[in-house]
Amino acid sequence: MTFASFALVLAILFAVVLFLSAPLRVARAAGGDARSELADLEAAREAKYREIRDAELDHRTGKLSDADYEALDSTLRAEAIEILRSIDTISEL
Amino acid sequence: MWDNRKRMDPSRKRAIRLTVALAAALLLATALIYVSFSAGRDEVTASQLLREARPGHSYILAGTVLVGSVRHAGDALLFRIRDPRLPLSVPVRYTGIIPDPFAGGRAVMVTVHQQSPNPTFVGEQNSLTTKCPSKYQAKAA
Amino acid sequence: MAPVGRTLLILGLLVAGYGIAASLYGARSGREEWVVSGRRSVYALAGLMTIAWAIVEVAFIRNDFSFTVVAQHSSTTTPLFYKLAAPWSSQEGSLLLWVWLLSLWSSLVLFLTRRRVREIAPYATAVLLGFAVFFTSLAAFFANPFTTTANPPTEGAGLDPLLLHPSMMIHPPMLYSGYTLLAIPFAFAVGALITGRLNSEWIWVSRRFALAAWLFLGIGVVLGARWSYTELGWGGYWAWDPVENAALMPWLCTTAFIHSVMIQEKRGMLKVWNVSLVLAAGTLAILGTFLVRSGILDSIHAFGASTLGVPFVLLLAVMITGGIGLVLARRAQLRSDAQLDSLLSREAVFLLQNLVLVAMVFVIFWITFFPLISEAVTGTKVSVGPPAFRPFIVPLALVLVALAGIGPLIAWRRVTVANLRRNFTVPVLVGVATGVVLLAVGGVGAKPFALTMFALGAFVLASVAQELWRGTGARRAMTREAPPLALARLIRRNRRRYGGYIVHAGLAVLLIGVAASSSFQRSRDVVLAPGQHARVDGYEIRYVHPTVAATAQKISFGAVLDVSKGGKHVTTVRTTRGFYPSQDPTQGLIGRFFNGEADSNVGLRAGLTKDIWTVVNPDLTPLGSYINQGNGVFAAALARTMKSMPGLAAGQQQAALNTLWTLRDQAITGIANRYVTHPWPVEFLLIVDPLVTWIWIGAIIIAAGGLIALWPIPSLARGRIRVAAPSRASAPAVTAIREPVGASER
Repeated sequence: MTFASFALVLAILFAVVLFLSAPLRVARAAGGDARSELADLEAAREAKYREIRDAELDHRTGKLSDADYEALDSTLRAEAIEILRSIDTISEL
Repeated sequence: MWDNRKRMDPSRKRAIRLTVALAAALLLATALIYVSFSAGRDEVTASQLLREARPGHSYILAGTVLVGSVRHAGDALLFRIRDPRLPLSVPVRYTGIIPDPFAGGRAVMVTVHQQSPNPTFVGEQNSLTTKCPSKYQAKAA
Repeated sequence: MAPVGRTLLILGLLVAGYGIAASLYGARSGREEWVVSGRRSVYALAGLMTIAWAIVEVAFIRNDFSFTVVAQHSSTTTPLFYKLAAPWSSQEGSLLLWVWLLSLWSSLVLFLTRRRVREIAPYATAVLLGFAVFFTSLAAFFANPFTTTANPPTEGAGLDPLLLHPSMMIHPPMLYSGYTLLAIPFAFAVGALITGRLNSEWIWVSRRFALAAWLFLGIGVVLGARWSYTELGWGGYWAWDPVENAALMPWLCTTAFIHSVMIQEKRGMLKVWNVSLVLAAGTLAILGTFLVRSGILDSIHAFGASTLGVPFVLLLAVMITGGIGLVLARRAQLRSDAQLDSLLSREAVFLLQNLVLVAMVFVIFWITFFPLISEAVTGTKVSVGPPAFRPFIVPLALVLVALAGIGPLIAWRRVTVANLRRNFTVPVLVGVATGVVLLAVGGVGAKPFALTMFALGAFVLASVAQELWRGTGARRAMTREAPPLALARLIRRNRRRYGGYIVHAGLAVLLIGVAASSSFQRSRDVVLAPGQHARVDGYEIRYVHPTVAATAQKISFGAVLDVSKGGKHVTTVRTTRGFYPSQDPTQGLIGRFFNGEADSNVGLRAGLTKDIWTVVNPDLTPLGSYINQGNGVFAAALARTMKSMPGLAAGQQQAALNTLWTLRDQAITGIANRYVTHPWPVEFLLIVDPLVTWIWIGAIIIAAGGLIALWPIPSLARGRIRVAAPSRASAPAVTAIREPVGASER
């Protein structure tokens, strides 16, 4: 290995060590379970909104009758409310 | 949507669906096993072929093309396939598509049968396949 | 730079090992700084592998034949485009490519999810780095791309001529991107099982990256099929080759997953099924990588028997047993939250589609591996040829296409008979009418499977068209937009749904092409002299004249063919077969230029209705006597030249050799020209293949639909919804401010 190559390898090694150790040199606040729970609920909320929109589109394109749509929409919106309430509860903590 | 008709017990419905699914899977598996063993042909090496070949039966001969054995005779391709372990080879007369990578020293598979009493094995039309080599030999300087 | 490359591989190994430890420690101790450090290991690995890859590429570009891999897979005459792609034609380069792509995709995913799936991510990071350790170890210790030779040759061996085709250069990176992307949902599934968090977040991550993997893998598979059709001299696009199957199986598994995960998302069902599919897809991706390297199954792709088989088998064993163990350990959390309400529902259709896809995977796996299975059971290797696939795959494909049309027309949870009638009438009528009309066309009725596929394909296209029509109409009812704008915005705001429908349409088009080309292909193997013609499927194909071209790379013998129909000229095609110099000294100084590896240049005229495909297979026996004569003459000339060498100065020696080689090249050209000046009858394979072009068009439509489904929804469209509690609650709780998507944008 030439000197230039050796110097290059050393520089890369130094940069890698610096990069990997940087988080260890900075104190981080513990987020904990609440953050994970909130993120999961937010994902569930987005999924539920998507379901509500899908049901509406299904109704408008004739795949669901009025009665079926109303029942399904009520159910989905109730499920969405539960999720929103859970989000509110966790956010307050 | 949430009607009040008398409905089958959900666990019974599940049991029926599971039974149907398992029956279909069993049918598929049986058909597969049957087709595999009935339509399959023995893959043999050169030494196995010489030992076991019977006229009228076809075999999938796998091995390496003997370097220097490749010749053309009209529309037929003549070559020898050597055994991976023993110092022997079998002659093959083949007609049909010749794969682009085909050459001496390459691993090939061809479906053959023996036309008794001729010792040469006849390759089935378009049954020759060649394994792609991982490297190309260096050109002469 | 080779020592730098070697060091980078070792450094990459160490970084990956550190990352595994840091991630696991961070996860177990709850110390996020270690988790972040572990994630940074992936970024660092990506950086290291990028530098390593750059070193290899530069070596190829600069023709640095001190690198063994460059000497064996490139040459000074290899075009630049192929030099850039040549690294992955070798075992060593392809392993490095695998690690590089794995590290890049992993970096992207972990960056995008750095604030999500916080509990799962560290374990997923550890799994991804585990794969990186495996492949980097193989590259560092078994097939090192930075191996050098003390006496580098002045010229390299060149790229395998079969790979000198654009499709073959993009095909491996696409496939490897698919395989490495499949490692990501696999890793997140393992993380979810370890932490017990198979929830909405896991679904979000897994589905997105499984879709990306599905897209890339699918593109890779189609590019391989296209290469096979346009480059190899057998006239087909799919041979059920073990390595083709190895790429198809994870693709089918992933197709099943991206559908069935929607059921888990909406209904909390099929949790065990989904996580098993993801684990299976990841395992099959590694299996596919293994098959190409091991030589355990005879395939045109196999790199030849190598020593990498044992490590791969061990990795596969760990993945399979580990996956099964984790699923069993978490079976309590994997219980379904709901049951299937009705067989007349989208859930039921998706479930049936999943069963069909898994059945296809099982069939393909069984037949592909049957030589090994039979050897294990009976002691004899039994091969089952491609025809064995058809009795299973064709009916399953027909069911799959039918379901692709039914799915878009049916709602979630349950539908009524009235709705079924309303939604199915037109598409079913279109399908039936297509079948009836085609039945009247001569010959189609004789191929019932093809006819059924055409009818079902028409049904699918009609169902997708109906959905687009109705969706556009629904939007226009609210927004009064012009139809094209309404359609565009409808798709834009409902990308997952309509992207998926477009994929279904593409699948129908592709399978129509497959059915037509496999059932109605006409081919003839003929021997023609110049001026003679043959008839194939109503076309007259006349051999006009032979062609020959001799270059430093190869000698090409070809033909110009004139195609006409009903007396009218249709097209002119040119086909050649090229012979590359052999390294076998027994062939002789002249003979080795005529007896080396060959490749076909297909004469193809593609059309929307039919492809005319031709290939020539010239028998060079008539040149034999001239070649033998040349061998003798030049062997003697070389002997005389070598004898005279000691008496010559260095410059004169080289001049003498150059003169000899120049004369040799002239002799070769002269001999080759006899093919044109004294032509003889040669063998042609002539094929007329209907609707092949629609296979490629269908694939493009599928890719477009996949891209649409994958593209992130613009934030404006991700509108919140006015949600009111049901009347049973004491007071309505109203949150959010915007109307449902589908109304006018703000």
